[in-house]
Amino acid sequence: MSTPLPFAAPQTAATTRRAVVNGVAIAFTTSASLFAIAVFLVIILYVLGQGGQYINLDFFTQLSPPPGQSGGGVGPAIQGSFVLLGLASLFGIPLGLFAGIYLAEFGRTSNFATIVRFFIDVLTGIPTIIFGLFAWVLIVVPSHSFSAYAGGVALGIIMIPIVTRTTEEILRLVPTELREAALALGVPEWRTLLQVILPSVSRGLITGLLLALTRIAGETAPLLLTAFGNSFWNDGLNHAIDALPLRIYNFAQSPFPVQVHQAYAGAFVLIILLVLTSFGVRLATGGFRQSVR
Amino acid sequence: MSLFSRARLGALALVGMTLLLAACGSSSTASSTPGGVACPSPTSLTGAGSTFDNPLFTKQFQVYPAAKCGIQVNYQSVGSGAGIAQLLAGTVDFGATDAPMKDTDLAKSTQGPILHIPVTLGAVAMTYNLAGVTKLQLTGDVIAQIFLGKITTWNDAAIAALNAGVTLPNQKITVEHRSDGSGTTGIFAAYLSAVNADWKAGPGSGTTLNWPVGVGSKGNDGVTASTKQTAGAIGYVEAGYATVNNLPVATVQNAANAYVGPTLDAIKAAADNYLAQNAASVPADLRFFIVNAPGAASYPIAGFSWVIVYQNQSDSTKGQNLANTLWWMTHDGQQYSNALNYAVLPASIATKDEAQIKKLQCGGSACYKGLFG
Amino acid sequence: MNEVRSVTGAATSAATTHRRTRITVRGMALGDFVLQNGTLLIVIAVLALIAGVFWVVLASSMPTIHQFGWQFLTNQAFDPDHNSFGVGPAIFGTIVTSVFALVFAAPLGIGAAVFLVEFCPRRARTSLAFFTDLLATVPSVVFGLWGFLVLAPWMQHSGEPWLKLHLGFLPFFVGTPRGVGLLTAGMILTVMILPLVIAIAREVMQIVPNEQREALLALGATRWEVVRYAILPFARVGITGGVILALGRALGETIAVTLVIGNQANKISPDLFATGYTLPSVIANQFGEATPGLFRSAVIEAGLILIVMTLIVNVLARLLIARMGRHHRVGGLVA
Repeated sequence: MSTPLPFAAPQTAATTRRAVVNGVAIAFTTSASLFAIAVFLVIILYVLGQGGQYINLDFFTQLSPPPGQSGGGVGPAIQGSFVLLGLASLFGIPLGLFAGIYLAEFGRTSNFATIVRFFIDVLTGIPTIIFGLFAWVLIVVPSHSFSAYAGGVALGIIMIPIVTRTTEEILRLVPTELREAALALGVPEWRTLLQVILPSVSRGLITGLLLALTRIAGETAPLLLTAFGNSFWNDGLNHAIDALPLRIYNFAQSPFPVQVHQAYAGAFVLIILLVLTSFGVRLATGGFRQSVR
Repeated sequence: MSLFSRARLGALALVGMTLLLAACGSSSTASSTPGGVACPSPTSLTGAGSTFDNPLFTKQFQVYPAAKCGIQVNYQSVGSGAGIAQLLAGTVDFGATDAPMKDTDLAKSTQGPILHIPVTLGAVAMTYNLAGVTKLQLTGDVIAQIFLGKITTWNDAAIAALNAGVTLPNQKITVEHRSDGSGTTGIFAAYLSAVNADWKAGPGSGTTLNWPVGVGSKGNDGVTASTKQTAGAIGYVEAGYATVNNLPVATVQNAANAYVGPTLDAIKAAADNYLAQNAASVPADLRFFIVNAPGAASYPIAGFSWVIVYQNQSDSTKGQNLANTLWWMTHDGQQYSNALNYAVLPASIATKDEAQIKKLQCGGSACYKGLFG
Repeated sequence: MNEVRSVTGAATSAATTHRRTRITVRGMALGDFVLQNGTLLIVIAVLALIAGVFWVVLASSMPTIHQFGWQFLTNQAFDPDHNSFGVGPAIFGTIVTSVFALVFAAPLGIGAAVFLVEFCPRRARTSLAFFTDLLATVPSVVFGLWGFLVLAPWMQHSGEPWLKLHLGFLPFFVGTPRGVGLLTAGMILTVMILPLVIAIAREVMQIVPNEQREALLALGATRWEVVRYAILPFARVGITGGVILALGRALGETIAVTLVIGNQANKISPDLFATGYTLPSVIANQFGEATPGLFRSAVIEAGLILIVMTLIVNVLARLLIARMGRHHRVGGLVA
């Protein structure tokens, strides 16, 4: 009842002021988004432009040359990234998927589920280098070796909350009618879930997994202490292994032009992979239509 | 098809891909060549440490598998401090460091004695980034004051006094140092401690220091790259990093008051003159610095670099491969040194190396049984 | 449509293939029992994993906690050679760079979100929103690469001298332009958390019911007034939560910051040109060489402090976001 809203009583002076404020606000928000987009275009296009020049077959298949020599590639890093993503998936996806199923199907609104959700949310907020520390203490030190396993576990932990959340959210979107229809036909709950509900949301689940994979594909910090890097092809999952982000990090600080070029080319590959995955996800989920309010 | 069989297929595909990728590249097979000891089953070795050694090691380990039994050596240049720590943690087969381990670190070993094996000889160059200045002379004392933050501009009277005829800009100095534990730092700090009392009482010597000023970068690579792109910077890097990147290098006043640059001859002179004067005092465990060596031709910030290994090797095959690798590095492998600005090991040290390598024990007998292949 | 039909088909086929014989455990079908308790076990395993992370970090920090106590938080030296450890400068650097990022990313991000949700032409909205979401997935090592090789040299030669010339009267821009330092790290962090702020602010504003907008428009409000009086009051709590969540992200960012902060434990000063250190950078730089004992413990305790800081920030953010309503788990996927 105190201050009346400014537009309640139209007056000429106030109207002009309001129009000016409106214009300023629109101008500010427009330039804020333009600025954000411009900054990113500058960075992304620069990195792509630099990296694109050095992409060739050797980049994907060859070893790095000794410092100061030219040619070669980051083959082991490409191999290592795939291996690490595979191991992380084997560790992170089952845990995340089943935890998500529990929360959506059985936990629902129970206090226990609320607590679980809280801790899983907390897990997303922990800096990823901490998982590197964890895997180092628990796997690298006792096994006396840096290893692909340790890297996979560190990355897998990062996947868990992402997979859990998407799984739970997607299962909650399943119409009750579908569930009831199956149950009414006398199908037990577990069969309803496995044969009716999960297949109906498989696209969404795969989207969630892809999101989780893109998230860890560029992770560097936890790998410093676990996968460690390797200048040769990996020769066993219990040995040190290279990874693309790790190689970019090391070569970014190199004084040798060849290595800097390879760092840019590595960044090029990462960005292109992420863009393709994001497009794929959008197309698969029809997200281009959904995200319009 | 239900989701679960699809998921199972996906998992299988992932496992398959993982194994396939892991398998490729590791297909080297054991074979023996006439003329040497038969090749053992090939195992890869993992080493970590010094970035000082990395250009040489990378070259050596690129050539080595083809030369000897296909033994693949994965060396990660993560800094000497990390080389020491990872050897102590048992996560690598050997470490590499340009600063010998301290007694307190040796005492942390849970797997018995650790051997120091000098594998190369190099110099720490003082490189800088000053437009128009191609020749710079420094003394140990001035370097110490710059790195203590007491001299902050390039045209400071103390620097100008050493460089008559050079126009020094009125520009702030940016000190470039290491952010990781480093043997290059170890050699540099040992030198500054030898020539400057304030340094000795302050930051002191070690692989990781409490730096009073500066910018920290990772590895010799990082310091070189950072110096290269920071106007007004001065950094200390292994000499090869400066020469390969065409960075200017200062000459440094040595113990005989001559200004000497980190050339091959000057590095060799430093080692020879030090060893000639201190032949009796080189310790049996080969842990020693040769900084501030006597002689007019000696470069004062030179040093050996060591591979560090456990004397008692728990895995015999690995131990044999390791002993062979070390033997090759300290003999045939030395041929790659000069091109990369490292000096070949002096004969007296190479002889001591042979004795050290023969000390390696594999299940009760010596690991080294003659060179493979 | 096809999908629905195939799903109903699956339901009927599932019903027909289901055998009549039922093995039951405590009144449940065996399958239901296994599924419910199996997934429960997985949930417990995940909880144990989270607890394990905390326990490992806490237990491994005990030597320095015993040795230095609270002094560890303020001590300037991180000096293995003299067995003296502290992370005072790193805590300072972590907070300064993150708060800097927040001060710039919050208004920019909220502004951009307002534009995207309220002002942007409908046709451009989807692709712009997609683009900003895409940016949230760019890995930090890419920002680090660009920051170290492009931004830092530019800051030394152009950015910092300009600031010193025009804003040199402020205590923030007085030191030697070096390119790397607190300012450059703060700028990189700003860029990195911006898409996160945009994404969460957008999600929150999209929840605001359309009736709110229409009501105000009907009263003759301008488009800004709709935002000011109908959208922002409703979304304020959620946006604040999102911004705090972004702060948490900035606090823990490792790779990009390590490349551009200068990794030097300096005395605390307001000068943003100064080089600095952050807690994640301490871990990234020192962990490899941390020999067993106090050194290793000190590095892990840096991680412990980082966990505590990010935990406080995250719990606060989650509580705020939760107030936006139970059913909207805003910011889940990007965070």
